[in-house]
This record gives sequence, C-alpha cells and structure tokens, in this order.
Amino acid sequence: MTAFLQSTFNGLVSGAFYALLALGLAVIFGMLRVVNFAHGAFYMLGAFGAYVLLAEAGVPFWVALAVVPLALALLGMALERAFIHRLTRLDPLYNFLLTFGLTLILQDLVKLRYGVQSSPYEVPAGLRGSVDFGLFDFPTYRVFILGFAVAVCVGVWWALARTRVGMVVRAATERPELTRALGINVGRWITPVFGFGIALAGLAGVLAAPMRAVNPLMGADLIIVVFAVVVIGGLGSIFGSVAAGFGIGMVQAWAEAYLSAFPIVAQTIVFIVMAAVLLWRPAGLFGRAEAPA
Amino acid sequence: MTSTVKSRSEPAGRGAASGLAAAARAPGWARYALLVAGLAVALWLPNGLYPAVAVDILCWALFAVAVDLLLGFTGLLSFGHAAFWGVSAYVTGLVAIHLGLPFPAAVLAGALAAAVLAAPIGYLAVRRTGIYFAMVTLAFAQLVYYVANEWRSVTQGENGLQGVPRELFGLDLTDDYYFYYAILPIVLLGLAGAWRIVHSPFGRVLVGIRDNPARARALGYPVHRYKLTVFVLSGFLAGLGGGLFAVSHRFVSLEVLHWTTSGKAVIVVVLGGIGTLWGGVLGAGIVVRLEDWLSFSGFEAIGLVTGGIFVVVVLLFRRGIWGTASTLARRWWGRRD
Repeated sequence: MTAFLQSTFNGLVSGAFYALLALGLAVIFGMLRVVNFAHGAFYMLGAFGAYVLLAEAGVPFWVALAVVPLALALLGMALERAFIHRLTRLDPLYNFLLTFGLTLILQDLVKLRYGVQSSPYEVPAGLRGSVDFGLFDFPTYRVFILGFAVAVCVGVWWALARTRVGMVVRAATERPELTRALGINVGRWITPVFGFGIALAGLAGVLAAPMRAVNPLMGADLIIVVFAVVVIGGLGSIFGSVAAGFGIGMVQAWAEAYLSAFPIVAQTIVFIVMAAVLLWRPAGLFGRAEAPA
Repeated sequence: MTSTVKSRSEPAGRGAASGLAAAARAPGWARYALLVAGLAVALWLPNGLYPAVAVDILCWALFAVAVDLLLGFTGLLSFGHAAFWGVSAYVTGLVAIHLGLPFPAAVLAGALAAAVLAAPIGYLAVRRTGIYFAMVTLAFAQLVYYVANEWRSVTQGENGLQGVPRELFGLDLTDDYYFYYAILPIVLLGLAGAWRIVHSPFGRVLVGIRDNPARARALGYPVHRYKLTVFVLSGFLAGLGGGLFAVSHRFVSLEVLHWTTSGKAVIVVVLGGIGTLWGGVLGAGIVVRLEDWLSFSGFEAIGLVTGGIFVVVVLLFRRGIWGTASTLARRWWGRRD
C-alpha cells in the first residue's frame, strides 16, 4: 500500500509537467488552431532561463519562477507576430512545420552556446528535505511542484470559466465567426493567448530545472509524449488535456513500479494507451468528434 | 465501385480546394525532355559528387517520394515515417548479417517488414486527419524508437548494428562509385512505382479524397481503406530507401528511427515542392548535399540551417522549388489553367 501510494504520488508529479504542457498546447490550439511543435523547446528554454539566471546573475529560483515565463511569453508573442500569424489562415499543417523548424533553431542555438551536457540546478533553500506523510516520506520539492501545478490548472480553469477574457476566449474557440459578428475583437486576444500558452511551458521548464537534467534536448522527446497525451485527452478540450496529463503520469509510474521487469512498458505505455483510445474513441476521451472525413 | 473509378472525371477545382500545391502540367515533349535530362543526371551524379553523397541522395529521394505520396497526393502529413525507414534499415541489416543474402533480397525483406509495420499504424492513424494524423504518426514512430532502443539483444541499442555486408553474388561493391550504379535500378524502379501509383485510377481517387473527402465518401469510396492502402505502399517505399541506406552505410544506428529523421524527410519534400513527386528527389539532392558540405566544413549546428530552411520555405516559398519552377514554366507556355 505504501509503495502504491508513493508511486502514485510520483506519477502525479510527472503528470503535473504533462498537464502544464498539455494545457498550454490546448489553450493555443483552441484560439489559433496551431499545434505548437516548439512547446518542448520553450519548456527547455524555461529550464535554461532559470539555470542561466542563477549561474550568471545569481538570481534565485523564486524570482526566476516569475521572470522566466514572462520573458518567454514576450518571446512567444514576438514569434507569433513575426511568423505564426502569417500562416494561421492556411492549412494548420504549415504552422506545425514552421514551429518544427523553430524547434530545431532554438535547440541548436542553446546547444551552440552551452553544449549538450547537463547542467546542475540546486533545489531552492526553502524546499529541501522531505515531508512526512505518515506512511511515507516525500521530497518537499515534489510536493511543491504538485501543489503549484494543480493551483495553476485550477487558476486557468477559473479564468476561462469565470472572467470576461475567458468568456471571449471560449467563445472565439468554439464559434470564431459568430463571436466576431457579435462585435468582439477576436484578433486582439490571439497574440496574448499564444504568449500565455508559452508562459505555461516556460513555467513547467523552471519547475523542472531543480529536478531534471537541464540540457538542450530535455524538451525534445517530452513534447512527443505530450502530443500523445493531448490526443488521448482530446486536443480541443482543456479539461481533457489536464486530466490526461495527470492520468498518464500515474499510469506510467504504476507501470514502472509493478512491471519493473519490463522497463519498455513504462516508456511506451502512453503510446499504447493512445492506440487504444484511437480504436475506442478516435476523438479523444474528452474531445468532440471532428467533422466526418 | 471500381468501374466508377475509371469513368470518373477529374474533380473540379482540385488543388484549389486544398492549401497544398497541385500537380504540375507541362507539354508532352517537355516532360520527355525532363525525363531524359533526369536520367542523364542520375547516370552522371557520382562523377560530379562524392559517390557516398550520391548514394545518400538516392536513398533520401525514395524516402521523400514516399512521404510526398501521402502528403501531396492524399493530404496526409506523416511525421513518423522514420519508423518505416528505420525498421527497414534494421531488418535489412539483420538479414544481410545473419543470412548473408545478396543485398537486394535483404532490402526487399526490410521494405516488406516496413509495409507490415505500416498496416497497424496506418489502420489506427487514418482514423484521424490533418494535424492529428501528424501527431499520431509521430507518436507511433517514437514508440518504435523506444522499442528498438530497449531491445538491445537484436538492435545492439546505442552501439548500432555494425558490419552490414554489401553482398551481391561475390561482386566487389566496396567502392561507393560502383555501389551507386548497383542500387540505381532499384531506386528508379521505386520512383517509377510511385509515378505509376499517382497516375493510376487509384491515385486519382486519392487526390479526390485529398480535395474533398466528404464527396469521395458520398460517391461510395471507402476512404479509410484507400488511405490505409497508400499508407502501406508509402511505408514500403520508405523502407526501400531505408534498407539501401543501411547497406550503403554498412551500419545502422538508432538515429534512423528518431523523429528528427521523420522531420528531415518532410523538410526535403516541402523544399522540393509538396505534391510534385519529383520535387522530393530534387529536395533530397539539395538537403543531403548541403548537410554534407556543412559537416565537412566543421559547422556543428546543422539544425540551425535545416530549421532555417524550413521556416523560410514555409513562410515565403510554399510551392517549393519544383512547384515554383513548374508554375513559371506554365506561365512561359501560356498554358495557365
């Protein structure tokens, strides 16, 4: 039982990263119909931002947690204005290809400057040690990540469901033409929403810095798992993306704990689940069916 | 149902309906001239380039044409074609090492393995379209990558499969120059096969599906089955390229299965021109030559260049080289339609 709880907890923590990344992808997709391949690269930039700020300017984790996502949001908005914006009227595949190209560029720029070896990042002072949950101890930092990620997801849900901006975004996501016809300037919100999605990726990156190896390729394989997560949850669904993120994190942790004789299962279970979902509910667990094709 | 395939005329407004470029049209004699010129270049290539680079170009040309068959003629962007290229490379390598078969037989075995793998992946992937199709194929290719990485007893994991022989009835093919001419017929056969698919009634239906899936379905075509068939054919062609690649390098590394390989194939197609078939061959020549030149001159960040090409082509040059050239040619002949 203790072992089960512990692996569940671990799963929720890695699920928190999937959820934050999937949430950003889903928000961007909803508003722009763009699947942002560069999301993993922005996650990597978030972790590198925290590392560079600490190593070269002595800026502590807490400041980085606020500054880095903000800076990345600005970078994202600039890229949206400069490039992505020009292709949103065309087939969404073009933007997928464009952001793939941007991913290669961002990765190699970081690689040129910092090499491919991993850089260490210390757990911030207040979050070292572990928390005693009675049955088992758990590293404080991981508890923090989980709490923080859940708070962010709830906050985003609240903002979408209860604020005026959220209402506009939801309306523009579901019926862009009609929303425009009702006199709402949809275009004004596109760039900020893109920046916000990028900020979420950057936030996940900063959170990952003390826990995972900081290197230029850290987002490369992760983004593909996140793609599988959003296919499972249904890319159009914000709730589905978050739920699938946490769910896949747990399933992976269980596979690691109970099928440790077959390490391949833990690595690939997300793709196996995706295959099953495609067979059973092609639109994703929480997605709506596409127009028949 | 098959009778309607033959009697159906070309769907109106094809190419205009989808955002992807339509196939090129040129006067008959010009097409023969191009064919002759293309064959001449293919025969001359290893005299003008390093033969090893010329061999790589042939392999990537097959790969690109396979991807274009889906992207340009069916409207499906596969971002996971490294799975077929790579699995064929491994199977070809294993067959050549352990059975000592002549390399064309090993490559055929590899390509068949790729086609067999393409069936279940295609079956699941054609349930989604557009951007989802790209994500799903990407994810399945990553699954294949992890399995190859973990199954070390067969694939040798990160060490790679070493010492793949270039066996052909005792002929000495160690020189890349002669090896180029040994694989050229196989590659031309593969390219001709792709051309045949595109210009068959089956290929016409694919274009119809690309441009108006709802109408194709309403006319009674089993859309999923058509997509699955072309997916398997495309997997076979990509496998043909991957198998030759394994034999030519005498070595198979995990990189053949990585998503960057899938991405590179898509870059090649987009640069050459989506939906032009031969544009992919041209794109393969440019990208392979460029990467060889960059790595030879000691430039480390190749991704910077390939990524840059991608961004520029997608933003400014979406018809690609072949598409742009054929548009200009059509304007020259005053045959714009």
